[in-house]
Amino acid sequence: MTNKAGRFGVHGGQYIPETLMNAVIELERAYDTFRDDPEFVAELSSLLNEYAGRPSRLYYARRMTESLGGAKIYLKREDLNHTGAHKINNVLGQALLAKRMGKSRLIAETGAGQHGVATATAAALMGMSCVVFMGAEDMRRQALNVYRMRLLGAEVVQVDSGTGTLKDAVSQAFREWTSRIDDTHYCLGSVMGPHPFPTIVRDFQAVISREARAQVLEREGRLPDAVIACVGGGSNAIGSFWHFIGDDGVKLIGCEAAGRGVDTFETAATIATGRLGIFHGMKSYFCQDESGQIAPVYSISAGLDYPGIGPEHAYLHDTGRAEYVPVTDEEAVNAFEYLSRTEGIIPAIESAHALSHAMRIAPEMGHGKIIVVTISGRGDKDCASIARYRGENIDE
Amino acid sequence: MSKIHSAFDKGKAFIPFITCGDPDIETTEAVVREAVRNGADIIELGIPFSDPTAEGVVIQSANYRALKGGITTAKIFDMVRNLRRDIDIPLVFMTYANVVFSYGAEKFMSDCRDSEIDGLILPDVPFEEKEEFSPFCKKYGVDLISMIAPTSEGRIAMIAREAEGFLYVVSSLGVTGVRSEIKTDLAAIIEAVRKNSGIPCAVGFGISTPEQARKMSEIADGVIVGSAIVRMIAEHGKDSACYVGEYVRAMKEAMR
Repeated sequence: MTNKAGRFGVHGGQYIPETLMNAVIELERAYDTFRDDPEFVAELSSLLNEYAGRPSRLYYARRMTESLGGAKIYLKREDLNHTGAHKINNVLGQALLAKRMGKSRLIAETGAGQHGVATATAAALMGMSCVVFMGAEDMRRQALNVYRMRLLGAEVVQVDSGTGTLKDAVSQAFREWTSRIDDTHYCLGSVMGPHPFPTIVRDFQAVISREARAQVLEREGRLPDAVIACVGGGSNAIGSFWHFIGDDGVKLIGCEAAGRGVDTFETAATIATGRLGIFHGMKSYFCQDESGQIAPVYSISAGLDYPGIGPEHAYLHDTGRAEYVPVTDEEAVNAFEYLSRTEGIIPAIESAHALSHAMRIAPEMGHGKIIVVTISGRGDKDCASIARYRGENIDE
Repeated sequence: MSKIHSAFDKGKAFIPFITCGDPDIETTEAVVREAVRNGADIIELGIPFSDPTAEGVVIQSANYRALKGGITTAKIFDMVRNLRRDIDIPLVFMTYANVVFSYGAEKFMSDCRDSEIDGLILPDVPFEEKEEFSPFCKKYGVDLISMIAPTSEGRIAMIAREAEGFLYVVSSLGVTGVRSEIKTDLAAIIEAVRKNSGIPCAVGFGISTPEQARKMSEIADGVIVGSAIVRMIAEHGKDSACYVGEYVRAMKEAMR
């Protein structure tokens, strides 16, 4: 779907400083060399299975299905992966690639901290050094993950610029990469940034839908009617969609963080409120003002609190192959509590955005229909902030 | 030959960078006039962006201050039209792709022509993506200024052959900001440019002292200074013009 210049329709590209051009060219060459190299593929799949715990389960949520009284709901349990989220799929791939390229140091941005934890984990496993950039605001609301990263041997650098959230962490990671390229790989955590990152990250995350498609076929003898995932940059969503894109009968639905609502300024719903722009290395949709200044977006979910969306999602939106819907903080928190009580599964607040939409549409879809919802991560990290949202202060 | 290219004919060029609207647009206008009066050969005017990924903290902060003060691209064009009543030296804009894209690339270049802006530097638009803007730059006679970095290596010839105005040679890895030492072998990079093009080379990133400017002007055709000037403006606020003027004169003298 991507052409040589990394375009998805009009989206994508490589809008980065000249200083980084040879680095992304080198990365693209390395990826082209190793992506089908049997040794590389075998090493990665062994790590995914033996270390990360793949394949992840496709769990039939019986009580949720019964309580909603409509479509049958399956949960793709990425929360059961080692480190507690889908992020590890991509990180193990990129870390192996970085090693093949002779790099000894990984840098990463993180919002909720899940990608930072995954990167710190891979660095520990492979004996690499690791620096994670995290917005000051996110360090406050995801303190547990900050501790986990440091425990794993990573240095966590607080980013105070801008809004102190994910976009600023990405900017700072790019700045750091510009100053140190020789020994350093920027392990980008989502399907965004300059080519070849959106393609590489998508390919490493595509394992989600490769498994889910086979699992649902085995269980039900047919494909699902809808696949639902949350979208910030969009890595778990593209991973969940990828092997279903050719299946016309399968609706693909991405759930954006609407924050306090798409009619307020406190939102991060890019497709609903953004327009075409160029930022963080790519052409895509961005939340921005009329002068092209990037908007200070907001969501209760640090992982979805990003003013853009990956270029392939922008393309899937343009072509109508995927649909993108906003979900508010309040709806996501309700879904977070609902799944905890109904199935005994505490989902990440990011994933709760996808769940919320499933709760919305399952009753309308009726019996006999099937929905797959990707639970991209587990919600332990969110307990303190959801308690705060409900007016309860707990010590972490 | 463009007006920018000709600005290098009378000796080594000194190119100050100023973030427009920091602390306000009147100060920017006054600073530009003082810089010109004291010998600046080209002025680089920064149009602020909310997320300037190629900048160090000094210029990042200037961008935030200017945006907080309500600066817009339209107000900057108005200031340039004022300046053009009596300022004749080449003026170039430095900003990020989204600022131009959002304004509309064609409208932006057309307004550049009308306000006599001579060139445009977009640090997040490398050679591979310049087609996004260069057709409009050509149509309205705006030089799209290319950059070469210490990591460019095999890309130098390709970039130099299509370069317009001058070539912005980035002195060091990393983002903008004052540096005590510049280790890159700039002479070798500039030699590689000269083999492929007669384009003037101006070195930027990290330069702040007259001594550094003198050394750089021995190998390059010009010197660009940003963070040192922006820091001076952060310190002196509305009274910055005379300080920047003095500084420009000292740098210019060191390069003679």
